Amino acid sequence: MYWEKQLETIPREELSLLQAERLKKTIANAQRTSFYRRLFSHNKIDPEKIKSPEDLKFIPPTTKVDLREGFPFGFLAVPLEEAVRLHSSSGTTGTPTVIYYTASDLDRWTNQVARSMYAVGMRKNDVFQNMMSYGLFTGGLGMHYGAERLGALTIPIGAGNSKRQIWFLKFFKSTAIHIIPSYALLLAQLIKAEDLDPRQDFNIRIMLLGAEPHSEETRRRIEEIYGAKAYNSYGLSEVNGPGVAFECVFQEGMHLWEDYYILEILNPQTLSPTPPGEVGEIVLTTIYRDATPLIRYRTGDLASLLEEPCPCGRTHRRISRIQGRTDDMFIFRGVNIFPMQIEKVLMSNPEVGNNYRIILEREDYRDKMIVEVEIKPELFLGDLQKLARLRERIQSELHSEILVTPEVILVEPGSIPAPEGKVQRVIDHRQL
Amino acid sequence: MARQLSIFAENKPGRIEKITRLLSQEGINIRAITISSANGFGVIKILASEPQKAFEVLRNHNFPVYLQEVIAVVMNDEPGGLHRVARALAENQINIEDAYGFVIKSGEKAVLVIQVENQPQAHNILERNGFQLLTDEEIYQL
Repeated sequence: MYWEKQLETIPREELSLLQAERLKKTIANAQRTSFYRRLFSHNKIDPEKIKSPEDLKFIPPTTKVDLREGFPFGFLAVPLEEAVRLHSSSGTTGTPTVIYYTASDLDRWTNQVARSMYAVGMRKNDVFQNMMSYGLFTGGLGMHYGAERLGALTIPIGAGNSKRQIWFLKFFKSTAIHIIPSYALLLAQLIKAEDLDPRQDFNIRIMLLGAEPHSEETRRRIEEIYGAKAYNSYGLSEVNGPGVAFECVFQEGMHLWEDYYILEILNPQTLSPTPPGEVGEIVLTTIYRDATPLIRYRTGDLASLLEEPCPCGRTHRRISRIQGRTDDMFIFRGVNIFPMQIEKVLMSNPEVGNNYRIILEREDYRDKMIVEVEIKPELFLGDLQKLARLRERIQSELHSEILVTPEVILVEPGSIPAPEGKVQRVIDHRQL
Repeated sequence: MARQLSIFAENKPGRIEKITRLLSQEGINIRAITISSANGFGVIKILASEPQKAFEVLRNHNFPVYLQEVIAVVMNDEPGGLHRVARALAENQINIEDAYGFVIKSGEKAVLVIQVENQPQAHNILERNGFQLLTDEEIYQL
């Protein structure tokens, strides 16, 4: 039941030693990056003194802003010719973040994914339909290579095109699928519309849910609809991608692979560790990655730590479901979106006023994003057609920025409550 | 020339109520009103007795409002009255972009309000063809 029994069930004391050894190498490696060289010297940190996970507290955390400012090579620790791939966050207006991988980095990431898949019961005789987008997004390619490593027949179908998804599910009797939870709910409706029964007409037994936070209730509902086991997973593009943490068959929290990462859960305000069971920010140090080492990376994801041993026998500690974000990022149809991306598009249109609001809704299992935009009275010239064209232009500009098309609604100035104190731009009515 | 108010408003209950209330409080008379809408918003066009004053009232209440010139042409309220106006414009290749009409006195006089791309040209053509065109003041006195 283990992909790598010795590593997955490693006694905690031995794991600490392994972490310390890999951390020392990581610290040495990090000094090859301009970002960490400067960070250490600015903060008068003697890298030689960082010897164990406990010493990490002397190093200030790294943030997404640091990663952006370090674009493109500030975090690169190997000669560029040693890197064989990069992944990057979306976003055409803001500076993207970029992560490089050497061949061994990819090999190790693939191993984590294969280990995760094995833990939920996937085997080489499975047919794996990967319904995540391929490309700069890590979700598609990450799981793809993991499944191939496992030996499963891998169908790189990618995201969307529901009719084709259904045809493949039916024809190849896919036994394992990787899918965004909100899409799983929507796809079920489309399957039923074709007079098919997801439980009877398909052969799905394992569903890997990813890229979107969801509740236990949603998971149970998805399992009920498809007659399969659904497993939660965690990952982020800055820290490889999927496979950072994964549920096992017990479905109680996600094992975070501590031979690859040092996990801290910190109070986002004080940056001191939160007691077990209490929600805090996931902070990760990559200790087995060469091209782009990250030390104490603040993920912005909120979760709690489950300290008790898991009945599965794995000694790697588990984290809870993701409870939310420390910033205003939200996830829509599996795409990470910052309100700032939307704001930039809106504000580049002179006809648009200063106030806007993003409303997220779930209607008949279909997620909907509405962007309310105030128009500027001075630039209204009495023409309905011009407004209709403005609306279409904003919609298409938003699509190129955030890769999904929201419904844009033009509203009167003053109709959106003016923000007081902490600005609440996003109103999320979805039941996750 | 006459002037009309164009007001941007969301397509939701109470918008016309508010606009007409503000105008009535200022003693402004509405001669004609049209509404066109698309995708949850609309443009309300109003021919009011005191366009400048109406414009200021609405602007002070934060409505995106625009004052634009239109042509208000007097027609006979009888079969073929509108056709005579339309024919004069068509013969001169003038395209009507928006239009609405109202009756002043049943069976006698009606007014057609039109918007075209080249307002002065249309104005001249209609005058040359003997039509009576109304100014703001004349609309006020109707």
